[in-house]
Amino acid sequence: MWKLLKIELFKIFKRPRTYIAFGAIAAIVFLIQVALKFDGKSYVDLLMSNLSGSFEFSDEFKNKLLNGYLICFVILNTLLIQMPLLVALIAGDSIAGEANMGTLRLSLTKPVSRTQYMLVKFAASVVYTLALLIWMAALALFGSMLIFGTNDMVVLRSEGIEQMKDFDVLWRYVAAFGYAAVALTTVSALAFLLSVFAENSIGPIIATMSIVIVFTILSEMNIPIYDKTIKPYLFTSHMVAWKGFFYVKADAEGTTINGSIENLPAVLRSLGILVAYIVLFFSTAVWVFRKKDILT
Amino acid sequence: MKRIFFIGLFIFIVFSSAGQAAEDIINKVKAKLEKVNDYEAKGKMKTNVVFIKAPIANVKVYYKKPNKLRINNESGISFIPKGSVNINLNNIFINTEGFDIIDVGKEAGTNLRIIKLLPKDENAEVVLSTVYVDEVQYVIKKAKTTTRENGTYELEMTYGKYAEYGLADKVSFSFNTKDYKLPKGITFDYDDGSKKEEPADKLKNKKGKVEITYSAYTINKGVPDSVFK
Amino acid sequence: MGSIIRVDHLTKHFRDIKAVENLSFTVEEGQVYGFLGQNGAGKSTTIRMLLTLIQPTSGSIDIFGMDLQRHRKEILRQVGAIIERPDLYKYLTALENLRIFATMSGIKISGKKLMDQLAMVGLEQRAHSKVKTYSQGMKQRLGIATALVHDPKLIILDEPTNGLDPQGIADIRNLILMLSREKNKTLLISSHLLSEIELIADSMLIIDKGKKLVEGRVNDLFDPAETVVELKTTNDAAAFEKLSGSDFREFVQQRRNDCVLLKLHRNRIPEVLKELVRMEVNVISLHSKHSLEDYFLSLTTGQPHVEALKN
Repeated sequence: MWKLLKIELFKIFKRPRTYIAFGAIAAIVFLIQVALKFDGKSYVDLLMSNLSGSFEFSDEFKNKLLNGYLICFVILNTLLIQMPLLVALIAGDSIAGEANMGTLRLSLTKPVSRTQYMLVKFAASVVYTLALLIWMAALALFGSMLIFGTNDMVVLRSEGIEQMKDFDVLWRYVAAFGYAAVALTTVSALAFLLSVFAENSIGPIIATMSIVIVFTILSEMNIPIYDKTIKPYLFTSHMVAWKGFFYVKADAEGTTINGSIENLPAVLRSLGILVAYIVLFFSTAVWVFRKKDILT
Repeated sequence: MKRIFFIGLFIFIVFSSAGQAAEDIINKVKAKLEKVNDYEAKGKMKTNVVFIKAPIANVKVYYKKPNKLRINNESGISFIPKGSVNINLNNIFINTEGFDIIDVGKEAGTNLRIIKLLPKDENAEVVLSTVYVDEVQYVIKKAKTTTRENGTYELEMTYGKYAEYGLADKVSFSFNTKDYKLPKGITFDYDDGSKKEEPADKLKNKKGKVEITYSAYTINKGVPDSVFK
Repeated sequence: MGSIIRVDHLTKHFRDIKAVENLSFTVEEGQVYGFLGQNGAGKSTTIRMLLTLIQPTSGSIDIFGMDLQRHRKEILRQVGAIIERPDLYKYLTALENLRIFATMSGIKISGKKLMDQLAMVGLEQRAHSKVKTYSQGMKQRLGIATALVHDPKLIILDEPTNGLDPQGIADIRNLILMLSREKNKTLLISSHLLSEIELIADSMLIIDKGKKLVEGRVNDLFDPAETVVELKTTNDAAAFEKLSGSDFREFVQQRRNDCVLLKLHRNRIPEVLKELVRMEVNVISLHSKHSLEDYFLSLTTGQPHVEALKN
């Protein structure tokens, strides 16, 4: 099993297209960092415009606010919407790409069961997803911490402001990246499932993206009839739950409780739903693939 | 007509109260405050605003005569309300043309003298200040300031070691906040499904409060102007 | 000698298309077994069923005396195959490809052994080039190296000479004979060219439209008594009439296009020629071929064939 996984990883990391995603992430992270480094104050003014009537914001405040932790949050906010494409690029290719190259039939005449083959293939795309996230963490979190330094973190929500002490942030990022890994694995599992049906990788990649985009739009739309009926079941609604780690509890006087999470059960429930989706997508993929006649 | 009414009221109050004249009290309070040219104080600040969850912050407060005040969070981030300069009580008495002083008498149940200060300058930013003065220590325990532009501020003080300078151990500063709301399209909130429908005006025009508990003052040792920039 | 492959009443339907219908055959140990049929006759479907790529609708397959469904891994460990094109990872080198499939076959193999394997198919110089730089023939040879890397007992090659130049075809033919004679491998070779199978196979099977037409030892099927003579003359009608009245009348089969067909033992052809001269028939050409060839050709061209096949 480990040997087979090594083969799959070898194949993935030998392909130039694998590195497109790493390059894309580096480019986006870098562009956001440059923009905020040179024009961060106008960004803060924009964010704080709502509050400028009641509070005064000194330059020092703005500089402190715009620290590495906040920058990473801004980057995750933008990038985690684009990441599914990058994940689908590899997961959507994993079976369909082999079918397209013609190597699938040779691989399946080897003494490896189809279930085992699928497990290894999926594990490899999960490893790729993790590698992508670690790369992103290195650039977006540690890179921003180096460039912008660290300080207390302020998270703006639509109805309130969450503030936490600098020492209370890093573990939240560890948890958030862990959560994001599960969220992206869900996309990966979907692309993987679609990959079983296709004979070239473009189809599953586009189909995955279309599903993610449509679901995301439904998740973000504020239409009351969808709020209770559809939204709770869309996996995209739960993909943003990593933010739950940055929503803190406060005492009666509005003071942040260090180390607290506002609604951990909800985050865990979202996590559970994503895991259920992964199991569903993956087991369907295996079930279909085991019965499939290989005609390519 | 109004003036005559106030004068009448003033006379009534002066004659009905057994103690000293309000103006004397104010002068004694002011004299205490006058002793302080500048200070640097360490303290802990608690922010209590309905839409902000903020940790307790370690702050330094710098003051310099006549009306420079700066609250600095030395390491972290703190939202400093507008008008926080008013936590310096001296600010109440800054007025080029002086005040009309109205004695309202004692607050029921306490030993505090309520005095209203009406700036004589009709264009002053402060419209009215009401101070509650402890007649034993000659310190202001409570103050309400109504401004032309920024609503009403309220101060509450408790005193300890630094009472002789009129400096409080604990100040709580209440202020008006405007409503806060950001579009979800900007924040991309995670909706955990637990949010209950709240009345629409819940977040609107609420009182916010910051509370500073001082641990130490360094008084009249000089404060560079650079800290106020 | 035991049987290596035993296929029994194998059937595969794709919805309402009957790709393979009730097919049975046996491949003995050490044989080169030719599997013949036109394109679309069901060869590839059968081979894919032998390799577990396609699930049969019904029927059974035993390989090495074991049921293929139940002992899939054990059987496949001993099977090497090329299915249609020898597709490999183009962005990897020959050596990398070979190592991947060796590992997937469940064997541990040294770099030196892999190089030996590449040397066997003449690719040792290009071991470190990416496969996308390879010619069709080189890919075919690498495909064979891949099929053989784990030293399988049974080798299944689906159209191994497709797209190769004459030299490439000869190379593959020699390799197959070497594997059979020197290494005692059992080989199943599919092709749509009889001439190719005839040269290398011990036994063969011809299928059409998913059904078995002929199966047997090549020596038996190519019986010299079953030779077909194709005669072209200046006047076919007259020639047909004259021959039908001669001693050779029992051998005259039919007139087809612009020639007359006879079926007889190869040794009697000179007598026919003499007789034609005697009857003053002007012969333009005389072409002899085996009746099986004629039959197989008729399958691909759709022409009627000489009534020759016994089965």
